[in-house]
Amino acid sequence: MSVSVAHLTSDEMVAHHFDSPPLARRATAAIAGASMVIAVVLSALMGGVAPARVLAIGAVVYALSIYVVSRRVEGRRRGFDRLVTTLVTGAFLLVTIPLVSVIWTTIDRGSARFDSAFFTETMRGVVGAGGGAKHAIIGTLIITGLAALMSVPIGILVAIYLVEYGRRNRLSSMITTMVDVMTGIPSIVAGLFAYSLFAVFQGPGARSGLAGAVALTVLMTPVVVRATEEMLRLVPNDLREAAFALGVPKWKTIVKVVLPTAIGGILTGITLAIARVIGETAPLLIACGLAQDTNLNPLSGRMTTLPVMSYYGYVAPGFPPEAGYDRGWAAALVLIIIVLALFTVARVIAKVLQPKGLR
Amino acid sequence: MSTDITDDINRDTGDDFASGQVNRVGDRVFSGMSRGAGLVILVTLAGVALFLIWRALPALTADPSEIGPGGSEGNGSGFLPYVGTLVFGTVWASVIALSIAVPFGIAIALFISHYAPRRLSRTLGYVIDLLAAIPSVVYGLWGIFVLAPAMAKHVYPWFNDHLGFIPFFSGKVLASGRSMATVGLVLAVMILPIITAISREVFLQTPRLNEEAALALGATRWEMIRIAVLPYGRSGVISGAMLGLGRALGETMAVALILAPANVYSFKLFTSQNPNTIAANIALQFPESTGLEVNTLIATGLVLFAITLFVNVMSRRVSRGRVA
Amino acid sequence: MRISSKRFIAGAMAAAFVLASCGGDDDTTTTDAPPVTDTPGATTPGSDMAPVSGTLVGAGSSAQAAAMAAWQAGFQAVNPDATVEYDPIGSGGGREQFLAGATDFAGSDAYLKDEEYQTSIDRCAGDQGAINLPHYISPIAVAYNLPGVDALNLTPAAIAGIFAGTITNWSDSAITDANPDITLPDEDINPVHRSDESGTTENFTDYLSAVQPDVWTYGKVKAWPEGIGGEGAPQTSGVIQSLNAGEGSIGYADASQVGELSVALIGVGDSFVQYTPEAAAKSVEVSNRVEGRSPYDFGFELDRTTTAAGVYPITLVSYHIVCLQYEDQAKVDFVKSFMTYVGSQAGQAAAAAAAGSAPISDDLRTQLLESIDQISVAG
Repeated sequence: MSVSVAHLTSDEMVAHHFDSPPLARRATAAIAGASMVIAVVLSALMGGVAPARVLAIGAVVYALSIYVVSRRVEGRRRGFDRLVTTLVTGAFLLVTIPLVSVIWTTIDRGSARFDSAFFTETMRGVVGAGGGAKHAIIGTLIITGLAALMSVPIGILVAIYLVEYGRRNRLSSMITTMVDVMTGIPSIVAGLFAYSLFAVFQGPGARSGLAGAVALTVLMTPVVVRATEEMLRLVPNDLREAAFALGVPKWKTIVKVVLPTAIGGILTGITLAIARVIGETAPLLIACGLAQDTNLNPLSGRMTTLPVMSYYGYVAPGFPPEAGYDRGWAAALVLIIIVLALFTVARVIAKVLQPKGLR
Repeated sequence: MSTDITDDINRDTGDDFASGQVNRVGDRVFSGMSRGAGLVILVTLAGVALFLIWRALPALTADPSEIGPGGSEGNGSGFLPYVGTLVFGTVWASVIALSIAVPFGIAIALFISHYAPRRLSRTLGYVIDLLAAIPSVVYGLWGIFVLAPAMAKHVYPWFNDHLGFIPFFSGKVLASGRSMATVGLVLAVMILPIITAISREVFLQTPRLNEEAALALGATRWEMIRIAVLPYGRSGVISGAMLGLGRALGETMAVALILAPANVYSFKLFTSQNPNTIAANIALQFPESTGLEVNTLIATGLVLFAITLFVNVMSRRVSRGRVA
Repeated sequence: MRISSKRFIAGAMAAAFVLASCGGDDDTTTTDAPPVTDTPGATTPGSDMAPVSGTLVGAGSSAQAAAMAAWQAGFQAVNPDATVEYDPIGSGGGREQFLAGATDFAGSDAYLKDEEYQTSIDRCAGDQGAINLPHYISPIAVAYNLPGVDALNLTPAAIAGIFAGTITNWSDSAITDANPDITLPDEDINPVHRSDESGTTENFTDYLSAVQPDVWTYGKVKAWPEGIGGEGAPQTSGVIQSLNAGEGSIGYADASQVGELSVALIGVGDSFVQYTPEAAAKSVEVSNRVEGRSPYDFGFELDRTTTAAGVYPITLVSYHIVCLQYEDQAKVDFVKSFMTYVGSQAGQAAAAAAAGSAPISDDLRTQLLESIDQISVAG
């Protein structure tokens, strides 16, 4: 304990703080064990020793008894601190149950059809079992790619305008408000908009990948604007002023100094925005329809994406339904893997391009 | 409008540091492009709003007897009674979700930022972000295949038996679990990562000095959090909750897949008589709708738009307050 | 589940006079070509015509989506250069898009209304408008979940009472009187209905309002009426799932999807009828055609109150709506070729295997083929 306190981080200080209390680790373990025994007895009395019930009762008993014991041994404040620690940890453990369950269910049910045929075959001419999601994977890539192609340049330029050019003028505050409004557009409304927009040009019943991409663009652009705006604002003003002082024109400053400094954060934001829209179902149901076969032309014809395929796998599984359910879950699994991959990419980008001195 | 923009242009070039002719052109092009992109946003949004209003108008101006279920036979109840239960259901489901997700969100954010070991906390933060991006159709499928039957079998009957005197838990428990409670839980699970991610971010930004000062004064970890972390992060938590609320209000597929809807006002959580939400109702009814029914659904979409807009503006207010 | 689906496939196939070897194979999860595509193309009447190419676009009824998948597969196997697209967006949307000229044909659980028929005269080439071809006949089963009760007779009055919410207990005399041999539990009934608008609901409520207008006062509706309780579930899958989950539940659903659930026998006249493809197909034969249309139109006003023996009255008839005249020859060839295939024995058998539908009778087939033959280029 001779280490000077000034060198400790707060984490270490907390640890340091906790090494000393009279309530030893062994004592807490004993309380935990006793709580579990009580829980088993209690749940037996309540009609059945189910593991879930024992754990739930045990957690409550533990939280109460650690509070009471610690309060008597260590005092009121420490006792309450232990109670909060137990509650926070308990809340975390409780929440992991549904989240793990979501992932596990998808993997478990999705793996039935997670085979090579699922990636190499389409649903053309498939009745009952068999078939694959090649068309939906391609459709997902095309539609999301187009949406990114439209929303990323617009989003970045808008953010540049907001941060670099239109500081607090009327247009920029108007745009900021409108971006807020756009964030609030429910996805199904975006789908309705895209559908009727294309219906003007192509007549009613117009379904195309592009219409879906437009719907996703409406949803994605504000996310890109906000992420980019946030990152641009993090770029220190000193950098800009230094460039201006050297006589570098403003646009060059933005392109060569500001953007490269913020590029890691911007790319991360874009990747996360893509991950968000890639799973959209409701707008694509309306704007893209359902196709059984690969369609490479986003300008005309229906196009299926993975979430839509997953949805139809449940609502229209065919006869017998098991094959449809399996395909639906497999599509969901592929989707989650894609999202996971995008997140990993975002993390790598953030790490590689992170400018030194920021964060 | 046009004069505003001319003003803006003048102001833009006013703070231009460049001097050479060539550079000026580059600047003009670049600032023009970025302003153009901003205008695209305005035009798009105006397009969405105009389209919504334009397509909703026939429903708002039509004879009330033609709107709502039975409207095609002239037995409809009118737009306001129709949208009333939907608004109620939308808000009610979101309130349930929020009241579950906010306490848990804060607790988990605290766990990640102040309780978990440093190395674990980075990974956990990443996992939480990832969960925020899981498509809603997956949550919906999980809700109906896994959560609804499990809760209806093991949890709801217990509440119904022991706490049935509380109106929320009264009534006959729906065996399939397609009830408001399940929807609230699934929505809570869906928005939890959002609330957690934003709360964690602001908790981590608590000035280190404040925390260390509290600890140096002999505060316990909880006291340090109460004194230093929570006050600092409060507005962040609120804006996270608002964002979560926005997502819950607009959630479509998960609700449509799970809920057993009926056009009623009901606070009961476990029964078969649940108010539907606007977004789920659109998804369920749109495919088989024609004519005025489509207009009615779009009008409800307009109402939903207004509600989420309100929530988002509020959230922006709060988070701006944080920055300032 | 597996056993009952197999039995159902077998029954459907037998009814369609197709050898079991053509498609009665088990539904194992191999990725081999599905049974339907194995059906030799030479036996399909559609292949008498020259193969067609291009794309035919249809949209509409989601009830016939599974059958359409089989028809697409069967047709495209014979016409490899042809693509039939079908968007299961719902009957209303299907008719709307067809009438707007966005699609070449519509799938619809209801025949064209009078004013829609008038619109179709403008939409189609020539001046003969569109015709309704009843290509998909599907019994709607009343399925229930009561462990230990395998057979249940339900009179029309009992069904209407249960779904209107006036009969709320399984031991109600309206139910027990028709089932003297079984003991029904003293348990609340949980009636399950579709929460989305659907042709299944429309046909089911049409039946209820036809047989018991005093009990079911809500008429023929696509969306379940307000204020009469019951559990709503999305799509057929949702209804089946709710029925499986809840003891004491009863619901109506496409018969092919009920799986292991027990299915009630429906009171017709003095007897109780089990749903079978034949009994469902008969419900069309005892019905009258809609008047005031083209002589080639086969819209049926289904007779729900029939007392004829062996007729299952709760039937969904889904139509293909096509123009009698199109602008160009290629379209005419395609429509004729596809519709001929769909109505053929092979086409109907494929739908029966894939969707559990009831094959149309030979008599009706002959008449429909005459109608399809009339499709031509406007001139």
